[in-house]
Amino acid sequence: MSGSNGLLVDLKNVDKVFKRGAEEIHVLGGLDLEIPEGEFLALMGPSGSGKSTLLNLIGGLDRPSAGSVTVGGQRIDKLSDRKLASWRARHVGLVFQFYNLLPVLNASRNVELPLLLTHLSAKKRREHVDTVMSVVGLSHRMKHYPRQLSGGEQQRVGIARAIVTDPTLLLCDEPTGDLDRKSGDEVLELLQTLNREQDKTIVMVTHDPHAAARASRTVYLDKGQLSLEPVE
Amino acid sequence: MKYLRLILSNLKRKKLRTALTALSITVAFLLFGFLAAVRIAFDQGVQVAGLDRLVVRHKVSIIQFLPESYRDRMERIEGVDLAVHATWFGGIYQKPSNFFAQIPVEPGPFMEMFPEYILEPQEREAWLATRTGAIVGRVTADRFGWKVGDRIPLQATIWTKKDGSNSWEFDLVGIYEGAEKGTDTSQFFFRHDYFDEARQWGEGQVGWYYVRIKDPERAAEIAEAIDVEFANSPAETKAEPEGAFIQGFANQVGNIAKIFMAILSAVFFTILLVAGNTMAQTVRERINELAVLKAVGFTDRGVLGLVLGESCLLAAIGGFFGLALSWLFITIKGDPTGGALPIYYFPAKDILIGVLLVLFVGLAAGILPSLQAQRLQIADALRR
Ligand SMILES: Nc1ncnc2c1ncn2[C@@H]1O[C@H](COP(=O)(O)OP(=O)(O)OP(=O)(O)O)[C@@H](O)[C@H]1O
Ligand SMILES: [Mg+2]
Repeated sequence: MSGSNGLLVDLKNVDKVFKRGAEEIHVLGGLDLEIPEGEFLALMGPSGSGKSTLLNLIGGLDRPSAGSVTVGGQRIDKLSDRKLASWRARHVGLVFQFYNLLPVLNASRNVELPLLLTHLSAKKRREHVDTVMSVVGLSHRMKHYPRQLSGGEQQRVGIARAIVTDPTLLLCDEPTGDLDRKSGDEVLELLQTLNREQDKTIVMVTHDPHAAARASRTVYLDKGQLSLEPVE
Repeated sequence: MKYLRLILSNLKRKKLRTALTALSITVAFLLFGFLAAVRIAFDQGVQVAGLDRLVVRHKVSIIQFLPESYRDRMERIEGVDLAVHATWFGGIYQKPSNFFAQIPVEPGPFMEMFPEYILEPQEREAWLATRTGAIVGRVTADRFGWKVGDRIPLQATIWTKKDGSNSWEFDLVGIYEGAEKGTDTSQFFFRHDYFDEARQWGEGQVGWYYVRIKDPERAAEIAEAIDVEFANSPAETKAEPEGAFIQGFANQVGNIAKIFMAILSAVFFTILLVAGNTMAQTVRERINELAVLKAVGFTDRGVLGLVLGESCLLAAIGGFFGLALSWLFITIKGDPTGGALPIYYFPAKDILIGVLLVLFVGLAAGILPSLQAQRLQIADALRR
């Protein structure tokens, strides 16, 4: 899926400005970011520095105010809302800090959700769900509702949902932020495995240096720019 | 279809709220069904009225009499095929609340005029042969449990007999069925010759006439010709198509349709608020989840469809249940007055309107919340 230059994600000169009434908040300014296919990138930075905002731009959940966002050789900032939605469905998996599972659906139905948008038959969807649930080690929790699962289990269901469509790119916003050390480690282990064995390119926002250590590279966001060193 | 489960599970989220909302919709549609059935009781007469029949009454009012001799004069008018007379008897069976119409007529021409009252051939014969014979419609026969061969006593309120008594007795020789669902089978008919001879006063006088015309297209013209024929006589007439006559009669009760519309509008306005509020709440509670759906690839329009689908499903559960219940009550339990309404059923047309109304309630209650869901910006909504 990567572009001709081997880059999966290529952000050039990206600005992001939020307007809150008359006030303008410049979150990202002239930001460049290149992520080669197969990388496990950790994104760190102080609270409010724009990490989630950056992740949203990469995942096509939001658009830059200026600059270009190219993913897999495609200018996603130029796509229509409709095309962008179907692009997301095919190419990105999202993992959230608070899991964001639908409380009214059991684990396997939650995981099935992105597959509803495909043309797969019910039987095929089942098979895909079974596969990813066993990848995240939750085959015995298929019928459980989110409230019946521990935080770590819920996050693994969240990851299963993110990978069920077999996307190239996994975007994780503080995936261990709400978990204890042990469950957090299990989740990180899982992400590492997905990166190594299934060639997922992963961008993970985290506040935790211990988590970032699992990544192959760490970048720091501050004052709208990226750097390779934490700002003191 | 694969989205149905998603929509259903959202309805199950707050079971009590869903149940209460659906129930209020059910009640509204139950009321809708009943009013439709009652209205038809007032309305149907107009719809099944013979297009080729006129009613001729005294110009001043229906309670003034016309001479029996008018019949031959009417039948001589060009375009008139047949004329039969009828008179209001207004008797009481056992007690005044047992109301039904009793009308003396001439059996032969009357049965020719009203083919929609269906009698067995031997019942016809019996009526023609029995001077004190009477026939009654199915609804009234069932209401009082009458059978052919019964003697029916009526207490006169207008027509005293020559011997000074008010007690009339009739031999029930036939029970007629209606040719159509809407045919009025509540009336009681007996023989005019018996009536005319036994009554103390009013000999040779009748209440009104039914006139059959050869060409329904010419109804207005022939009605006019009849009125002209009797102009400047002691008993001037007013002729009009049967439908208009029945309508005028019903209008004395007030404009039923208008009253029902007013009640229904108020009720449906209220359930729109109830259902609309439920949908607004459910979307407000779910901003975050709707954003997740969009994040995993549902389009704005897809999310709009889900919310609208939920609203329509809610309306359908409540509405169809209400329609089905009212259909059951109307069809199985029948007329709640125990027979005072001559016609009482849930018309197919109104069932169809009910179904469309269900759809309308679903769409109207869901439109604003679903537009809100459609406009939701993912990045924004995920922060909440
Ligand atoms: N939709 C929005 N409208 C207005 N302001 C926004 C919006 N999204 C983000 N911001 C602002 O942009 C800045 C960056 O927000 P963002 O959520 O990206 O930070 P973050 O680095 O993810 O912080 P945290 O570590 O607390 O999650 C903040 O000041 C935030 O208030
Ligand atoms: Mg954040």
